[in-house]
Amino acid sequence: MWKAILSPDFFGTILRSATPILFATLAASIAAKSGITNMALEGIMLFSALFGVIFSSFTHSAGLGLLLTVIVGGLIGAILAFFVLNLKTDEILAAIAINLTATGGTVLLLLAYSGDRGVSSSVRSVSAPNITIPLIEKIPFIGQILSGQNVLTWLSLLAVLVMHLFLYKTPLGLSIRSVGENKDAAESVGINSRKVQYIALIISGALAAMGGFYLSGGYMNMFTKDMSGGRGFIALAASSMGGNTPVGGFFVSLLFGLAQALANVMQLTAVMPYEIILMVPYLTTLIGLGVYYYSQKKKKERLSGK
Amino acid sequence: MENQAVLQMNHIMKIYGNGVVANEDVSLELRKGEIHALLGENGAGKSTLMKVLFGIESPDQGELILNGAPVTIKSPQDAISKGIGMVHQHFMLVPSLSVAENIILGVAPRRGIFIDMDKAVESAQNIAKEYNFDINVKDKVEEIPVGIKQKVEILKALYRGAEILILDEPTAVLTPQETDELFIQLMKLREKGHTIIFISHKLDEIKKICDRATIMRSGRSMGTYEVADITTQEMSKLMVGREVSLTFEKNDQQLTEQVLLKVRNLTVNNSQGVLKVDDLSFDIKGGEILGIAGVEGNGQTELIDALTGLNKKYKGIIEIKGKDIAHSSISDIRSMNLSHIPEDRMTSGCAKNLSIQENLFSNQYKKHRYSGKLMLKRKAIEKRSDELIQEFLIKCRSRKQNVGMLSGGNIQKVIVAREFSTCPDIIIANQPTRGIDVGAAAFIRQRLLEFRDAGCAVILVSADLTEIFSLSDRLAVMYKGKFAGFFNDAAHVTEDELGQHMLGIKRDEVLEGVLYE
Repeated sequence: MWKAILSPDFFGTILRSATPILFATLAASIAAKSGITNMALEGIMLFSALFGVIFSSFTHSAGLGLLLTVIVGGLIGAILAFFVLNLKTDEILAAIAINLTATGGTVLLLLAYSGDRGVSSSVRSVSAPNITIPLIEKIPFIGQILSGQNVLTWLSLLAVLVMHLFLYKTPLGLSIRSVGENKDAAESVGINSRKVQYIALIISGALAAMGGFYLSGGYMNMFTKDMSGGRGFIALAASSMGGNTPVGGFFVSLLFGLAQALANVMQLTAVMPYEIILMVPYLTTLIGLGVYYYSQKKKKERLSGK
Repeated sequence: MENQAVLQMNHIMKIYGNGVVANEDVSLELRKGEIHALLGENGAGKSTLMKVLFGIESPDQGELILNGAPVTIKSPQDAISKGIGMVHQHFMLVPSLSVAENIILGVAPRRGIFIDMDKAVESAQNIAKEYNFDINVKDKVEEIPVGIKQKVEILKALYRGAEILILDEPTAVLTPQETDELFIQLMKLREKGHTIIFISHKLDEIKKICDRATIMRSGRSMGTYEVADITTQEMSKLMVGREVSLTFEKNDQQLTEQVLLKVRNLTVNNSQGVLKVDDLSFDIKGGEILGIAGVEGNGQTELIDALTGLNKKYKGIIEIKGKDIAHSSISDIRSMNLSHIPEDRMTSGCAKNLSIQENLFSNQYKKHRYSGKLMLKRKAIEKRSDELIQEFLIKCRSRKQNVGMLSGGNIQKVIVAREFSTCPDIIIANQPTRGIDVGAAAFIRQRLLEFRDAGCAVILVSADLTEIFSLSDRLAVMYKGKFAGFFNDAAHVTEDELGQHMLGIKRDEVLEGVLYE
């Protein structure tokens, strides 16, 4: 088992498993930075996994499929924003509604589109390609990890960088962080907080959509019902543990990728029943949150006791 | 041109949706390069007038003339673009951002799609230097002290080109040293031609740095005066005054032998560590009303929180009927027959989504009379509720109506009914009639007097001087956590005298008759 864990393949698996969580974590971060908990990520990912399959088969292009899926993701983000910001719906309730709609809606839409029940086996979708970059490929070990990764994995790494620059170096990023931290202060200097939060939620939806697209067009090559598997919720925990920053979220996502990859390896070695192994990512979330908030609490106590 | 008016607010009238007349025909004229004090008690209408000027509220009547031309100010942004800046009492800063980022927030200099951070830091530094503000603009706001935060707020306004600066009680949060420093800065701003509106009720500060003062009372302007030509006594007289005289038939006093509440050397710091109650000692016997007057924020809230057990972090001794309450829970204290009418009826007085009946019994539902081993005794509770609703004249559809649906006066009556129905020996009433209709107020006051006659000890904290005068037997004035004055016979105190104590002009060192020893 250890041999399997220390191989470049295993690290490659970590990256592959981390990709959808990373997208969703970035999505959770930008929403959190603007002051909103985007609990609809799970539903947005699930919708996007389905629409990714449908759009790519319809356009015969992974690129166009991704683009359309991202637009739909942004749209769902905007719908959430409309409920929360215009109608003053509780953000958790609005998100639950979207998530429930996704659970049933995706199965229904798939059935209507292709006649498939729960698994898109008859839809000829186009997956995003894996890419090898000649120069990187030659680096020992690391080259083997990175080489042949899906284009969306590369995109997710790029997204960490772009998000970091966006949040910390651009005027709009500054506005988002200000609105999330002190809405009154932001509004007192003329920032339209509603507009800023709309933008943040649309970006959040778009990022989650990329994660969803990856699930059915990269990680796997088809849509299966409920395939988001709680990643949208795990991402909320990951984002929070990463301090809602893109870079922090990236490292925590890797941790969850590790948990997922471990689960995969353990399935092969059959040390434990399959069902228990499936719990690993979720247990990691629970334990991770516990450890993180316990350390935060201790830190706070230390600071206030000073 | 000297004495040129930069801003005139003429005959401003503002009536809020709930019918409160906050400003009634108020006029204010600002001259270029002056520090103009806006003086008045809490609720006198200062804030409303400034909200009108800053575009937060629109006036129902009246006009604004800025630099000779009539204007309407629709929003704070509008006000900022017209050169009006406001430093709010609660800072409008984003804690995790740097000083420079806060200053440029919303108007960030750009380089391409990015913020030009170098330029931002540079221009923040420049403006700090221009006005002699000693600030490191790269510091994070959450790490700097309050005095500096205020400077950042002022710089923020100046960066946006403010010619007129509104400072809302700027010294309320500052230490004396920080206050002195602020004053030096303000005088420099005046030299540079800025006009400053200085909202305050601290007369010594106004004397120190203001040129003119407009005094407000109960939504009206009491006139504008040259600060040099008016004494602090005259200012306090204009500021504090009673509206209508209320007289109650007060029976002769019959004091009990026992001291019901004894306080010795009580010292309380608030959660920020600021000293709010400073070595306070007093006694109260049954059969008297001790009135506590004072401008809000001088430690009254903290005093009451300590007396009622809401705050246990105090130094000194509080004894109820001879028993030290340092380790007594709130319910222990209440079981000593102490009743408390809290200051804020909506947040701590009632549960607004529960029914009148449920609120009436929230302090006694555990009593054997109303509760069995497992279930509440519904019949007994319903019967008593109806009795209380009748007795206290609570206007409602039924006892099942939610308290939040009632008018302010009726909500207060529910609270008072609950607190009075337990046959208290000590009543602590904090602002018992604030914001309620005249009828309900008179009713509550009458009941307080009845309890006094029955041998109950009453502590009455009120901002309503009429109420304080007409009910109190003994009268204390709180100023900066101490009793600045104490009067054994409230009937012989003049408003003038009271006002001077409230504003700290007069402070008695030796207080006679505070203790019964």
